[in-house]
Amino acid sequence: MRKHHHIDAEAAALRETFEIDRRDFLKLAGGGIVLFFTIGELPAIAQQRQARALPTDFNAFLRITENGRIACYVGKIEMGQGIVTSLAQMLADELDTALESIDMVMGDTDLCPWDRGTFGSLSTRSFSPALRAAGAEARLVLLELASEHLSVPAANLAVENGIVFEKDHPQHRVSYGELAHGRSIERHATGKAVVKKFSEFRIMNTSHLRRDGREKVTGKTVYAADMRLPGMLYAKILRPPSHASKLVDVDIAEAKLVKDVVIIHEGTLVAALHRLPDMAEYALSKIKARYETPPTAFDDNTVFDHLLKAAAGGKIVAQQGDINKGKAESAAIVTSTFLDGYKAHAAMEPHAALAVIENGKATVWASTQNPFTCKEEIAHELGFSSENVRVITPYVGGGFGGKTRNLQAAEAARLAQLSGKPVQVAYTRKEEFFFDAFRPAAVVTITSGIDALGKMSAWEYNVYFAGDRGAAHFYTIPNAVTTAFDASVNGAEGPHPFATGAWRAPGNNTNTFARESQIDIMASKAGVDPIEFRLQNMTDKKMRDVLTLAAEKFGWVAAKAPSKRGIGVACGIDAGTPVAAIAEVEVDASTGTVRVKRVVCVQDMGLVVNPEGATIQMEGCITMGLGYALSEHVRFKGGEIMEENFDTYDIPRFSWLPTIETAFVTDNEAPPQGGGEPAIILMGAVIANAVYDAVGARVFQLPITPARVKEALEKNVK
Amino acid sequence: MDETVQFTLNGKAVSLHVDNDRMLLWVLRTDLELTGTKYGCGEGLCGSCTVLIDGEAVRSCQTPMKSVGGKHVTTIEGLAKGEVLHPVQQAFMAHDALQCGYCTPGMIMTAAGFLSHHPHPSRGEITMGMENNLCRCGAHKRIIEAVATAAKEMEGGF
Ligand code: FES
Ligand code: FES
Repeated sequence: MRKHHHIDAEAAALRETFEIDRRDFLKLAGGGIVLFFTIGELPAIAQQRQARALPTDFNAFLRITENGRIACYVGKIEMGQGIVTSLAQMLADELDTALESIDMVMGDTDLCPWDRGTFGSLSTRSFSPALRAAGAEARLVLLELASEHLSVPAANLAVENGIVFEKDHPQHRVSYGELAHGRSIERHATGKAVVKKFSEFRIMNTSHLRRDGREKVTGKTVYAADMRLPGMLYAKILRPPSHASKLVDVDIAEAKLVKDVVIIHEGTLVAALHRLPDMAEYALSKIKARYETPPTAFDDNTVFDHLLKAAAGGKIVAQQGDINKGKAESAAIVTSTFLDGYKAHAAMEPHAALAVIENGKATVWASTQNPFTCKEEIAHELGFSSENVRVITPYVGGGFGGKTRNLQAAEAARLAQLSGKPVQVAYTRKEEFFFDAFRPAAVVTITSGIDALGKMSAWEYNVYFAGDRGAAHFYTIPNAVTTAFDASVNGAEGPHPFATGAWRAPGNNTNTFARESQIDIMASKAGVDPIEFRLQNMTDKKMRDVLTLAAEKFGWVAAKAPSKRGIGVACGIDAGTPVAAIAEVEVDASTGTVRVKRVVCVQDMGLVVNPEGATIQMEGCITMGLGYALSEHVRFKGGEIMEENFDTYDIPRFSWLPTIETAFVTDNEAPPQGGGEPAIILMGAVIANAVYDAVGARVFQLPITPARVKEALEKNVK
Repeated sequence: MDETVQFTLNGKAVSLHVDNDRMLLWVLRTDLELTGTKYGCGEGLCGSCTVLIDGEAVRSCQTPMKSVGGKHVTTIEGLAKGEVLHPVQQAFMAHDALQCGYCTPGMIMTAAGFLSHHPHPSRGEITMGMENNLCRCGAHKRIIEAVATAAKEMEGGF
């Protein structure tokens, strides 16, 4: 109740201060020609708290300044996915200016309009149409101004490289910078400008190297842990042994003796602060604490039973025909259960934040994928109103969905408040594992049938805890039902002993592993080559095209599995992008070790804005995906996390690298779709299927560890 | 124990009064404000903190200050010659051998150390030379290509 009250009061305050905010905001943005536009959703009332310092009738804007530079302000962040390049490419092309003249200003909650967060391959997908329209519109405004300035009708003008000139007298010209000189013009996108046709592209759909490359190879790029302020202290915080532990007592006497240390002890928050981070760590090691930890309920081996028991009512995600009829009419039926353990995000950059509080306003530099949510969390922690909190997001060293809970930022802010000094909190690798919101463990059960002709006839799919992304199949199965149990993958509450959350293509990795393994099982039942079987049971043109092209690039020769060649296939769809992969593996039957030798992957993501960037994302997905497929899973006992560092949590290394070949089915008139995640969803399935093809034994649980391969081989012998 | 440690850092003489049990990583990042060298694991498991000491790639999170005295330390900030990038840096850019860039300084320093011993590396040797550096974004393919290109470029040395 109180919470709602609070929101209503804030909404009223927001309306009252709206005009003032707007002026402040324009002052912050500076002069020049400013074009406001809307991308995707605007903040709803509940979210206006997060956006209250800003006007709410747009959520992105461009500013053209008198030095001819064009700044684009968006609340997104750059974490390696390359939008600092691809978004700028779109603008430069629509504006007929050089890529170099575009500045992306991102993830600063005082400068940038509200944004929900950067995840889910959505940046390019949801931004592209509006961003391009804004660029086109800005170009029209500039043309109008140039027409006045040059006294030439706009129709007789052309633009190149940010210079507007008369077509018949190219020397009669004016630059964007000159047009912006001494002006303060505010426009709102009307949506009337026409974006460029594919044939007119100069910068989009051409490959560009990363714009942040030079600063990244010279060590100049600043991440949150690299921020420095005069007088700042580094904080190391006392952590419990388990998420279920309660602090009983704590002794800070010895830690207090460390030279120059500041010890904060406020309720359960106990921290050592020092001007040197390693000395803070040393002081923390001198704090003695006693915890009470309830007995362990279950661990990573017994979690699946626990999950099945905890599963709440299912939600039907997709349905065709009548599943009971389908089962009755099937000539052969197979039921399988697929398991997947918890996975860590394990970005190379651990969470970090630096907070300073001055004159009642907190400024926090944080590694976050959702700066506006982060701002709200900090305001709550400090008891500040949200306009008194500013979050600035420097470059983020990898996110993958893991930088959306901003505990470290709230902790830094709170410690800055308590100590009166700027405070940095930078997680150790152990803290990073401990506080990670893991990709949830999940169970999928599938009962499927083929008819007498070997065509798919029934499909009953139940997914527990992976969520419904990628759960629905895309085959032509007359009688099918897909049900998701507890489709929510977010939140610390629920059956998991720790927080779980989105992990690069959330849920879809698990769902695709289960579905594509089962499809392979049915292909074997039917005695048909796995690609042939998929094509026989699929009408979706885009999916057929990516699969066919992948087979062609690979040099696929049809054979039913197991063919002993170690070749597997999988397809899937994520973020609007159909994707297919074929992998070749080598299995050492004596040790159970799997080595992936070659992966060919094809996707159709509509218009590819930066082919180089999109290729890199696919390569990254394939390489990262080897980890969840072959080695990664989080071991735990109740709320105690056994993974503390990379000695036990094994992520892909150079020696694992297969030959990777990627290609696109190009559809240049279609809007761009997500490209940062689709390929990763296939890696579990394509390797499981290739292992089956190699040795005739199937692994039903990710990761496909040597022990599980050997176990599957032994079962086969029996 | 507090001690005055003198060494050469990126070509310049440095003299620091520090606790000589402290690790070079934290002295670089905090006392010297050279933040290009990254923390990734703190236990010698990821390579993010790699620097060159007398030309050898070394993990600064495992290097106490007492072992640094009299040595030549090069960090990512000191690898280029002024505006002229080191061939490994150049090749990382040309191949787009990075995404988030967090592992990149460590990768580049490891590669620079490796190439000084292996001027004509095979692909397999590059793989083994880089094996203990971790990258979560999956830039491995391009990193190997970049190191191979840098090896060719460096025929004449740098
Ligand atoms: S931080 Fe030194 S090896 Fe990981
Ligand atoms: S580029 Fe992100 S960790 Fe390597």
